[in-house]
Amino acid sequence: MFEPVIGIEVHVQLKTESKLFCPCSTRFDAPPNSNTCPVCLGLPGALPVLNKKAIEYGIKTSLALNCRVTESSRFDRKNYFYPDLSKNYQITQNAFPIGADGYIDVVVDGTERRVRIKRVHLEEDAGKSVHEGGTITGAAYSLEDYNRAGVPLLEIVSEPDIRSPKEAYEYLLMLRRILLYLGVSDCKMEEGSLRCDVNISIRPKGSDKFGTQVELKNLNSFRAVERSLEYEVRRQSDVVANGGEVVRETRHWDEASQVTVSMRLKERAEDYRYFPEPDLPKLKIEKAWVEEVKTTLPELPGARRMRFISDYELPQYDAALLTDTRELADYFEAAVREYDGSAKTVSNWIMGELLRLMNATGTEIGEVKVSPGDLADMLKMIDKGTISGKIAKTVFEEMFAEGKSPEVIVKEKGLVQIADEDELLRIVDQVIGENQEVADEIKAGKDKAIGFLVGQVMKLTRGRANPKMVNELLRQRLSQ
Amino acid sequence: MRLNELKAHELLPMIRRKEVSVEEVVAAILHRISAIDSKIRAYITVAGEEALKKAKEADARLAGGEPARPLEGLPVAIKDNICTQGLRTTAASRFLEGFTPFYDATVVERLKDKGAIIIGKTNLDEFAMGSSTENSAMFPTRNPWDLKRVPGGSSGGSAASVIAGEAVCALGSDTGGSIRQPASFCGIVGLKPSYGLVSRYGLIGYASSMDHIGPMTRDVRDCALILGAIAGYDSKDSQSYPGELPDYTECLVPDIKGMKVGVPKEYLDEGLSGTVRDAFMKALDKLEELGAKVVEVSMPSLKHSLAAYYVISSAEASSNLARFDGVRYGYRATGSDDSMTMMAMSRGEGFGPEVKRRIVLGTYVLSAENYDKYFGEALRVRSLVTRDFREVFEVCDCLVGPTSPTVAFEAGEKTRDPLEMYLSDVYTVPPNLAGIPGVSIPCGFDEEGMPIGLQIMARQYNEEALLRAAYAFEQATEFHKRNPEIEKYTKEPAGGEMSV
Ligand SMILES: [Zn+2]
Repeated sequence: MFEPVIGIEVHVQLKTESKLFCPCSTRFDAPPNSNTCPVCLGLPGALPVLNKKAIEYGIKTSLALNCRVTESSRFDRKNYFYPDLSKNYQITQNAFPIGADGYIDVVVDGTERRVRIKRVHLEEDAGKSVHEGGTITGAAYSLEDYNRAGVPLLEIVSEPDIRSPKEAYEYLLMLRRILLYLGVSDCKMEEGSLRCDVNISIRPKGSDKFGTQVELKNLNSFRAVERSLEYEVRRQSDVVANGGEVVRETRHWDEASQVTVSMRLKERAEDYRYFPEPDLPKLKIEKAWVEEVKTTLPELPGARRMRFISDYELPQYDAALLTDTRELADYFEAAVREYDGSAKTVSNWIMGELLRLMNATGTEIGEVKVSPGDLADMLKMIDKGTISGKIAKTVFEEMFAEGKSPEVIVKEKGLVQIADEDELLRIVDQVIGENQEVADEIKAGKDKAIGFLVGQVMKLTRGRANPKMVNELLRQRLSQ
Repeated sequence: MRLNELKAHELLPMIRRKEVSVEEVVAAILHRISAIDSKIRAYITVAGEEALKKAKEADARLAGGEPARPLEGLPVAIKDNICTQGLRTTAASRFLEGFTPFYDATVVERLKDKGAIIIGKTNLDEFAMGSSTENSAMFPTRNPWDLKRVPGGSSGGSAASVIAGEAVCALGSDTGGSIRQPASFCGIVGLKPSYGLVSRYGLIGYASSMDHIGPMTRDVRDCALILGAIAGYDSKDSQSYPGELPDYTECLVPDIKGMKVGVPKEYLDEGLSGTVRDAFMKALDKLEELGAKVVEVSMPSLKHSLAAYYVISSAEASSNLARFDGVRYGYRATGSDDSMTMMAMSRGEGFGPEVKRRIVLGTYVLSAENYDKYFGEALRVRSLVTRDFREVFEVCDCLVGPTSPTVAFEAGEKTRDPLEMYLSDVYTVPPNLAGIPGVSIPCGFDEEGMPIGLQIMARQYNEEALLRAAYAFEQATEFHKRNPEIEKYTKEPAGGEMSV
């Protein structure tokens, strides 16, 4: 029986206005090479000037990941040649990353697991190459776009603490959740603002040795990470079970056929000739600055989830779902504040109707037209009996589509619940009269059939009748 | 009177008083260049038309009653590794032969803002790597005192242009002595300021932690004037010094009574030539005569500084020069099948042998297996040198020594042996490692009439002590008044003779 040993490196683009070392915009969709200047183009004589906001985001993230923030940090040069790397070296943090020795707690199948964070460091992104003809070696020509060159990246490296593909998936979800809560990155894999590389080896369960590492690339979604790891666990286990040896290599995830394919063997580590970046002074991070940043940290998803369970008495499942994004959790809490009933009711409506409609229409929580106050008002209307729970679903759909308040919709559409006993009795009698056979059956003991009569009443009242009263009145009449 | 032999501090008041027009001054300089530069070859590019245009504009402004800016009408030459907007900047490399920046270096911007006129771009050893200007991919520059000899390097073009009257002042760059050694070889004043005092923005990087830009002038007053114009904090250079700066011309008081002047005994080793030693000893006598207290000091770390310098500078150079790959600008080789090969071929064809030598050396010392043995060790030497200087400056106001072990050598004499060429920097390298200022001023001539330089060093950011000592020495001597006989190189009048 083998167990996988997994470590993950995540690169996220920081959401700063300008690049890490020059004033150019970090906008994602600008025309090629329009967001460039002598610094990010690596023109002769140009010098880097550090973006303080990026450092602040680095500190913020380090704190949120429970890392120690390095007081005396610096930048280094990583030297390698590639046409999209404008200086042919990358300014990064090798020896003294901004943050180190942290952790993230992840819930996997109901149990909490701690994944240690080895380091968090800042570096600049490279540009983008387009090779006419696929690869750089076979291309007729290559085009270079340096808009992305110099965009600040944060590299977050986990320790090899992850023990299953599912855990890797949950780790990534939690990491992204934290980064989104912090507001330091968009974390959009499809736009490349979040990228991940995964290392995996296997070993006999219970062993404390590490096997030969394989690096996985071309992982375009968290699901791809999970699937590729599942595949690798199987593949490596088969190799070892059949008496073979896993080779150290980089493998490419083929999404279409759901397999990993060998890209290149890694005979030895590449020599990047790191040395301290001489164009920048040492990076001193004052304790006072760290303390200041600490005060700006939002409540993080893990803590918020726990609080939702204890303060609102929500089930684990609800709490996890509602704290998935900061915006959703904020929405929930705002609605609870406006509503005087149970938090679980609010949770049910958000998890049920709101998320269903959001998914169906592809709406983000930030774009939802129903304010938390409107949701609360609608719930109060149900409680007061002004509308039925069933009608409320219609009302809510209308609120979601039009953004109107529930009162307005109920009035406009005449959806106020009929709770007047005389009026309801008149309709109940009419229904019994028109369905005498069914009524007789019920009287003869076929109790289930009462649902049919309730349905007829609801149909006549277009759902506005108070169902509880209808039920009672029907029974009252039929037992006479 | 020759306009082109005037110092800036003599010329500027004449322009201000309208005794001479800016156009006349610039025309005189351009005339001089066209008469003699085919022999000296100080310039890679002469911006004659643009300079005359700027001169006319300046005259028009002055005629219109606008006040003259501090350097109004001053013709300056710029070393060709300092970027000039719209003016070709080659670093004397085949790689950048056709490169015209769309931005000015901060120093150029500052000179222009103060009214100076850029005459042209001067020759250097390719990417400032060399000590004789023979490593230029364009052509070698000759020493105006003796055309058989080199002007020193790498700022050889700037030094030659100033002493030959082809510019009134010039900017050079100095990573291990590239301002001071050619200043010494050409008999002018060359100052390497404290690290960070003058912005490096726009200087084509060679070794970032030791690159400096500084003035190269005919006398100390001009040096102080130009330093004041280019020094000061620049947000575009993260290593820029943020402190307040004094008016450097105000420290030009010819009084060094009681000043404690140290002589590191390591500067008087066996490599020092006899004539330079004699001139230096006489200079010490002169300093004592002026009231300075001369003391011998010892800085044992200095004997390792040359080795440390070549390790660190080559390491940084190997990385700084990586950007020259033919992808975005500069020389691009043809005949390759893919971009990676194109990059490699462009570098192979675009760089000269000394540049390649240093890239290979730098790549070697930074490799994982050699890093600690070479680069790490060099950094340790560097911190020892810095410490030694700091300790010495606790007892001395400044240090003096010869700028170079020899006078200007003959062209071709050292090109075959790079190590011998490197030794030419042995006295100028330590201030670059420590980031302290150093200046070379004329302190004598050998029996063949070749100038000898005296180097004065001071504590970091204490350019005032440096300039005061230099000024006092200069005012008490006549060396700075001597001029090479340029006329003997040309049948035509050597230009610039104007009656004013
Ligand atoms: Zn830029």
